[in-house]
Amino acid sequence: MVEPVTRDGILIQARGLVKRFGDFTAVDGIDVDVRAGEAFGFLGPNGAGKSSTMRMVGCVSPPTDGELQIMGMDPRRDGPAIRARLGVCPQLDNLDPELTVRENLTTYARYFGIPRRVARERAAELLDFVQLAERAGSKVEPLSGGMKRRLTIARAMVNEPDIVLLDEPTTGLDPQARHLVWERLFRLKQQGVTLVLTTHYMDEAEQLCDRLVVMDGGRIVAEGSPRTLIERYSTREVVELRFAGETQEAFAGKLDGLAERIEVLPDRILLYVTDGDGAVAEVHARALTPASVLVRRSSLEDVFLHLTGRTLVD
Amino acid sequence: MVSIVLPRLISFEGAPRRAASVAERNVAALKSAYWVVLISGFFEPMLYLLSIGVGVGELVGDLTLPSGTVVSYAAFVAPAMLAASAMSGALAETTFNFFGKMKYMKLYDGILATPVQPFEIALGELGWAMLRGSLYSAAFLAVMVGLDLTSGIRALVAFPAAVLVGFAFGGLGMALSTFMRSWQDFDLMGSAQFALFLFSGTFVPAEAYPSVLRWVVEVTPLYRAVHLVRGITVEGGGWGELVDVLYLVAVTALGLVVAGRRMGRLLCK
Ligand SMILES: Nc1ncnc2c1ncn2[C@@H]1O[C@H](COP(=O)(O)OP(=O)(O)O)[C@@H](O)[C@H]1O
Ligand SMILES: [Mg+2]
Repeated sequence: MVEPVTRDGILIQARGLVKRFGDFTAVDGIDVDVRAGEAFGFLGPNGAGKSSTMRMVGCVSPPTDGELQIMGMDPRRDGPAIRARLGVCPQLDNLDPELTVRENLTTYARYFGIPRRVARERAAELLDFVQLAERAGSKVEPLSGGMKRRLTIARAMVNEPDIVLLDEPTTGLDPQARHLVWERLFRLKQQGVTLVLTTHYMDEAEQLCDRLVVMDGGRIVAEGSPRTLIERYSTREVVELRFAGETQEAFAGKLDGLAERIEVLPDRILLYVTDGDGAVAEVHARALTPASVLVRRSSLEDVFLHLTGRTLVD
Repeated sequence: MVSIVLPRLISFEGAPRRAASVAERNVAALKSAYWVVLISGFFEPMLYLLSIGVGVGELVGDLTLPSGTVVSYAAFVAPAMLAASAMSGALAETTFNFFGKMKYMKLYDGILATPVQPFEIALGELGWAMLRGSLYSAAFLAVMVGLDLTSGIRALVAFPAAVLVGFAFGGLGMALSTFMRSWQDFDLMGSAQFALFLFSGTFVPAEAYPSVLRWVVEVTPLYRAVHLVRGITVEGGGWGELVDVLYLVAVTALGLVVAGRRMGRLLCK
């Protein structure tokens, strides 16, 4: 067993990391540090370069430029040794359709050189963990999206990895399935497993991540804990106003001075304020009658909007 | 220094084990329907042997080989059928199945996230294909001995030769598959395979071809395979077959290396 050679418990360290596909730059020089035991997130819209980054970290995609160290090792040289200690849940499930649910785990364990008996034991434990024990003998195809995702997560755990990489773990799942996945991931985190995940859901990032970077167009545009990001780039509360009529623009001018910042979207106007209810009262005092009013706490979505001028999910 | 050298060492030492885990996956995937495929793979060359070797052999009578040996037509055709069946069995597994697993099942994307490397996948898949191919070859040789088309001793020597033929075509097929863009491209390969089947000294001695064509024929892999197997089952083998062995070993190695490289390039972008 090779012990991790890490400085200050840093498991993943990237400096000026670049990934190009031909002329196109998907990851444009990012710096990242992921520490042991934390849940680290890459938040960004589609095309931001999240998956490209995850594949480089997973040692299945060679970096075009820059430095990348994983557990003190170099992916270009020590790919197999690094991958032996990673668990990977890719963006698209690539379960083995010719095998049963249980065989998907036992066979995968064999790729890591895990003895058959141990593989069977772990498969049973993991199927319990992701609540798929009843489907153990079933083929993969008839499983629901949420079940497949859970099975992929279980598969990522079969080698008892030090780091688990999860690329959009809950995209495409219904709310119930999402919550079940979140709950399982939270338990892994409690067990001390280092989680690295990507998402374009702010609530997912807020729920799961201790620290995250916001990515856009291959670059990191902000980093910190969800809370500090919100404090730094947004206000405490947000008022969402929808006015009846063709454009929201027409009403924007009448809201001057009401908020620290006003964001006009095609379908609504956002007021960034400290006191939401106070702002709403002020709107009504100006004799404006929005069709709908919503006061909410500020979220990472607002951070992203502030940083890029666009919403996360179009 | 140790931390730099050690992972490399481990990754090299684990290669056969990791290749075996890929072959093992195919054992787990074996399901009852597979036996139908398995059995049909055996009967096809057998039907050729009986219809052409025995049937046409009645009309053709005996052949006098360049070495002066006189053989029945069935004894002449049987080793070619064996080589051809080793070829088509290996190609079936390493082209259609391999391509499907790589492109559509995304099987290897999952495997490459583990310590298993592209070359080891190629090696494991080829090893598996050969396990199946060896069964066919053994059965076919047993039938040849039963029909008195060769001797038991020669059949024993011909067995590893037939396995080598499988390895060579398996490696070749796998390498070619990595260049295929869609299923349509396989039609071309099917035609090439059929041309080889007809013109590799399979049904008539290569000496019957005009000399230019003969030269072309003699560098094709199936010709070398037929030459090797026939040399053993008909004449007991000799130094003349050494070229065939070297040729087939080289094709196997080249196929595996190209397949591993191309897979790495296609899947680890
Ligand atoms: N294999 C590839 N070849 C060419 N372009 C690619 C490839 N993979 C990703 N890209 C491009 O790189 C950009 C970033 O993609 P990706 O990393 O998948 O983003 P994300 O996961 O954040 O949605 C996208 O514009 C995508 O089209
Ligand atoms: Mg992605």
